[in-house]
Amino acid sequence: MDFFNTIGLNHYLVISAILFGLGLFAIVTRKNAIVVLMGVELVLNAANINLLAFSKYNGGMEGVMFGLFVIVLAAAEAAIALAIVINMYKTFNTVDVSSIDSMKE
Amino acid sequence: MYELPSGAEIQNIVTVLKSSAAYYIPEIYLSVLFLVLILADLIFGPKKHHLLSVTSLIGLVGSLWFIWQQHAIVGQEIFFGMYVVDEFAIFFKYFFVLSGILTVLLSMSSDELNSRVSGLGEYYVLVVGMVIGMVMMASSTDLVMILVSMELVSLAAYVLTGYLKREKRSTEASLKYLVYGAVSSGLMIYGFSILYGLTGETNISEISSVLLSRGYDPVTLMIASIMILAGIGYKVGVVPFHFWSPDVYEGAPIPVTAFLSVASKAAGFALLIRFFYVAVPHGAETGALTPGSEWLLLLMILSVASMIYGNVVALWQKNVKRLLAYSSIAHGGYILLGIIVMDELGTQATLFYLLSYLFMNFGAFLVAVIIANKTGSENIEDYRGLGRRMPLAGAAMTVFLISLVGLPPTVGFIGKLMIFSALLAKGSVFVWLALVGILTSVISLYYYMLIPLNMYLRESKQLLPDTIKTGFLPQLVTACLMLLTLYFGIFFTPLSDFAHFAVTLFGNQLY
Repeated sequence: MDFFNTIGLNHYLVISAILFGLGLFAIVTRKNAIVVLMGVELVLNAANINLLAFSKYNGGMEGVMFGLFVIVLAAAEAAIALAIVINMYKTFNTVDVSSIDSMKE
Repeated sequence: MYELPSGAEIQNIVTVLKSSAAYYIPEIYLSVLFLVLILADLIFGPKKHHLLSVTSLIGLVGSLWFIWQQHAIVGQEIFFGMYVVDEFAIFFKYFFVLSGILTVLLSMSSDELNSRVSGLGEYYVLVVGMVIGMVMMASSTDLVMILVSMELVSLAAYVLTGYLKREKRSTEASLKYLVYGAVSSGLMIYGFSILYGLTGETNISEISSVLLSRGYDPVTLMIASIMILAGIGYKVGVVPFHFWSPDVYEGAPIPVTAFLSVASKAAGFALLIRFFYVAVPHGAETGALTPGSEWLLLLMILSVASMIYGNVVALWQKNVKRLLAYSSIAHGGYILLGIIVMDELGTQATLFYLLSYLFMNFGAFLVAVIIANKTGSENIEDYRGLGRRMPLAGAAMTVFLISLVGLPPTVGFIGKLMIFSALLAKGSVFVWLALVGILTSVISLYYYMLIPLNMYLRESKQLLPDTIKTGFLPQLVTACLMLLTLYFGIFFTPLSDFAHFAVTLFGNQLY
């Protein structure tokens, strides 16, 4: 069983797919805004694992650079997201996404 | 594993960066404007926001000159193929700067924004930041660059949407925009990573050539395509990635709504056109297994769904901003029609339609600003009897809405005519798409005309004064936009020539 003896590209991809699935699951099921954003981080990190794994097995540097940019963007997004969540808490006194629905058609 | 670059290679990199910077002057200028605005805000304090708005207005107008200079140097790939200066990019540079200027003008007229107690410090800075991001979105030819510029637009847009932070609607809108935006950009990055894995390249024209020469697994590519389409579709606001748009459009300050509905949407379309025409390989044969045809089918479905959904749900909207949000979903569908034609005529029609949308949609939102300033409301009920009391605003709103429906003699009519004639020239299934477009336009007549109906034919329940004064600047801008909407509806040759000039795409393999 070669799959269990040496770690290859597929192992990274499986981990990344699992992480992606967990992230999407958290986004869809959780109601707390912060946990939803944590799900988004999982999705981004899944993409990062993909990029780094492909870069390692392709031999190119582009994937590593791409990964660095994704990390920076994730940090920027988290900063803005938390600011908006704090503002939401100040206005509505809750961080429950499902309870905030004042606009109806 | 990785080797360090030698001295000669570093020298080469420096030379390329230096020579590329010469093609990057409009973006550098706008970034300097961005920094100047931040400093001006720090020095003069938040109370002097008129100074900031005038500075950003002059700065944005000035950038048009630098873009004009670029006409001489089109067709250049710069920064190691990350960025491109072509006619298509120049068109969108004009487009975004113009919409930035109109947004600043709308913001200067809006009481909702200017009455904010803590001033408007970062507001104009963020508007300029969004313009930079959108300009870069239209010109990037590399996955990394696409991602960075898209996030630049999105992050600024989240903050602008929630700018009225004491207002519940605005806060809610920014939260929804943020959650949907973060998820769709996450999906898009995952799609990019799969695409990178398939090809080992990040440049979009090289991706397409590798996919064509080396072959690929269609299922994997389909998954990547759908994920990337989720990211772009969210920016464009088409069904089924539209869930954020009604709430965000209703909650955001009106100038921001106008900016999002025109410029952010156009940036998404610019990216979509570049990605779809360049990165997705279009084989010579039109068999079922070329990825180009998969994309085509997906885009057709999205387009029909958007036209039907947007126009039908708009029928029972009570809030003008929400109504325009659904109308903008429907217009996204019409613009997609022009893209899926995939030839020169179709691209020209798309670009023309975007230009016409700029005039009519900014106009409609400007009248909404004027009326919200006076009545404090955006409900259609509260528009009753305003047509006679605000003659210019009433007449202008009617013109803009006629243009949005697509009736002559307005620019919207010419736009729809060009898109439908491009579809009819292509024949077969495209004729049915054109038919759907025409029928849904007929539906849209009803809900657009509700607004003039209330303004002119119904009397207000409250007692209103005989004439309502609306200030000089908003009136001037409204009148200009109304005249342009009518003028280009009759003498549309300059606009269509301009759109025709811009159909040249770097690395395009379609026409």
